[in-house]
Amino acid sequence: MKASIFITCICDSMYPQVGDSMVRVLEKLGVTLDFPPEQTCCGQPALSSGYWEDAKPVAETMLTAFKNSEYVVAPAGSCITAIKEYYPALFEQNPDQYRQAKELIGKIYEFSEFVVKILKKEDVGASFPHRVTYHSSCHARRFLNTDEYILALLKNVREIDYVPLPHEEACCGFGGTFAVKLPEISEAMVDEKVRNIFETKADVLIGTDLSCLMNITGRLRKQKSNIRVMHMAELLDEGMRT
Amino acid sequence: MSERPALQLRDRAVKALKDDQMRQAVRNAVDRLSGNKEKAARELPHWEQWREQTRLIRQHTIDNLDYYLKMLTDNVRKAGGQVHFALTAEAARGIITGLCQQYEAKLVVKSKSMVTEEIHLNPALEKAGMEVVESDLAEYILQLAGETPSHIIVPAIHKNRYQIADLFSQVAGEKVESDTPALTRFARQTLREKFMEADIGITGCNFAVAETGSVTLVTNEGNARLSTALPRVVISVMGMERLVPAFEDLETVLSMLPRSATGQKLTSYISVINGPRQAADIDGCEKFHLVIVDNGRSRILADEEYRQSLNCIRCGACFNVCPVYRQIGGHAYGSVYGGPIGSVITPLLENDFAFWGELPYASTLCAACTSTCPAKIPLQELLLKLRAHRVSAGYTNTFEKIAFGLWKRFFKLPGTYKFAMKAASLGQKPLVKNGYITARIPLLANWTNSRYLPAAADETFRDRWKKRKKQVSP
Repeated sequence: MKASIFITCICDSMYPQVGDSMVRVLEKLGVTLDFPPEQTCCGQPALSSGYWEDAKPVAETMLTAFKNSEYVVAPAGSCITAIKEYYPALFEQNPDQYRQAKELIGKIYEFSEFVVKILKKEDVGASFPHRVTYHSSCHARRFLNTDEYILALLKNVREIDYVPLPHEEACCGFGGTFAVKLPEISEAMVDEKVRNIFETKADVLIGTDLSCLMNITGRLRKQKSNIRVMHMAELLDEGMRT
Repeated sequence: MSERPALQLRDRAVKALKDDQMRQAVRNAVDRLSGNKEKAARELPHWEQWREQTRLIRQHTIDNLDYYLKMLTDNVRKAGGQVHFALTAEAARGIITGLCQQYEAKLVVKSKSMVTEEIHLNPALEKAGMEVVESDLAEYILQLAGETPSHIIVPAIHKNRYQIADLFSQVAGEKVESDTPALTRFARQTLREKFMEADIGITGCNFAVAETGSVTLVTNEGNARLSTALPRVVISVMGMERLVPAFEDLETVLSMLPRSATGQKLTSYISVINGPRQAADIDGCEKFHLVIVDNGRSRILADEEYRQSLNCIRCGACFNVCPVYRQIGGHAYGSVYGGPIGSVITPLLENDFAFWGELPYASTLCAACTSTCPAKIPLQELLLKLRAHRVSAGYTNTFEKIAFGLWKRFFKLPGTYKFAMKAASLGQKPLVKNGYITARIPLLANWTNSRYLPAAADETFRDRWKKRKKQVSP
């Protein structure tokens, strides 16, 4: 099977190792990957802040980059949600771009969704002997329903000690520009998230959205906590090597 | 509608975040309410179909609002009541104050009504020399405290019982115990006297029924019943959208309202008022007036997407699941209507995108509100549309405009994007310690005051990918 990877801008610049992990896992599962170099960012920061005119040319890079792809896989549910949620309205004036947007929407998958739904693999043969909790990101949870894929994958990881996160459904307080526009509310939210994580006594927090993980890690480190924060792809990658 | 608060949204939020007692009270209450709601939703088979049915009823009503308002008006008049339309809050206050004066009212009892909060009715009546008593327990507490509701269903959600006991003790002139039965007993005794003496009862309206000309009120304390059965004159005040076509539609909306609000299957009381007392009736008012308030609703109706916000059945479920409301409570929104729905309707009702246009940013767009709304209002989509509306109206700040302009220039082409990433990676060098930016420097401080920012990697994924490909295929 062939698929293109969409390495979101946060992954590209801040968490390239997550991209590496995703590539290793997918290649081990027999997928041939390519990285269309025209890609930059899905445009979400501007879209969710109301700057639709600024978002348009950036979103166009996505249409161009993945025009010829059969499948597109990304390590971030919120970017995919942005594409699914906003692109039809963003490109509605241009029939050609609208059609391309619809095509992209039909073939783009979040990493765990792709593994379970398209590759039909719930057991990738990983082992991970740690106490793990999971933060469910809002966009992935409420739009893509990816929680079921994550939980299916986790269930089959050997030796894992999985503890559900209290208030799992609660937003971590990132919300893109929300975190800098209303930083005090954002802090109160991430603080509550972190308190809930501590309550689980987990050694590892996993998620599927790097922006949420960036926010939560930032708060954990500020509080001098060393809880490991990993993307689901990193957990599987590490687990498949042992 | 609302008077503008002195502080901007962020400052209001900061103030709220310092109020630990309020935050604790709100957190406890919303956890309980949303937990009850989840349970009630599980217990009612086909919850999603009920939601869809609610949406259909509301959408149909709103799409044909002129037709049903005419039907309602005709039927209220047929039942012997009088109907008044108020285009603005000022007009509504004028009509209601005028009626109270016409009937020479000295004491007015009210049962909880958000629309009378919206039009600031109480101060107007008091200015005209009347005593106004709120008969809903929570509203009564707030009246004593000189405060406004901070939740549309649980107006005094921000107060704990010790604070309430203090307020009651002041009125009683002796200590009132802080346990719930004692507090209820005190309020009941005090309010009963007021009901008996009142000249006029003013109520809100949960739903008016167009085909019968009835006003339906749901309460848990029976105060709406006492406010409408005892006084000689009853004035019901309704927002223009608060109606359903037929009596049978109440089955759906009155099943969803309490379940979504508090997790109750039904409220303790459902009162239906059909005009004034008829010859054969043993009780009821002699005169019945219905005041229908527009106050900006026509403007919302005019936009096909925003129109959906009028489908709201005022259950407050979106408040209870909103992570922002959870932290800051209702007063920080600054408007009569807080929470997600308040952030949507306030800028529209006020027709003010400069000041009230800030409210749609009081959300992370996590969509918890949309997923819980019993009328399926796409709240987070509407919040987003309002943001875009504010941007295109030019009310956002210059720094932000420049920032997004630059972002666009760098991110629209892979080449300039790569350059920007490289520049960020190099430019951050002096600030990075152990992989994080921790310094509180201008621009970044909003983030770094409470969190470390991960540093940009030395090598982006795309660079690593290129290298990898070279190794694999020489």
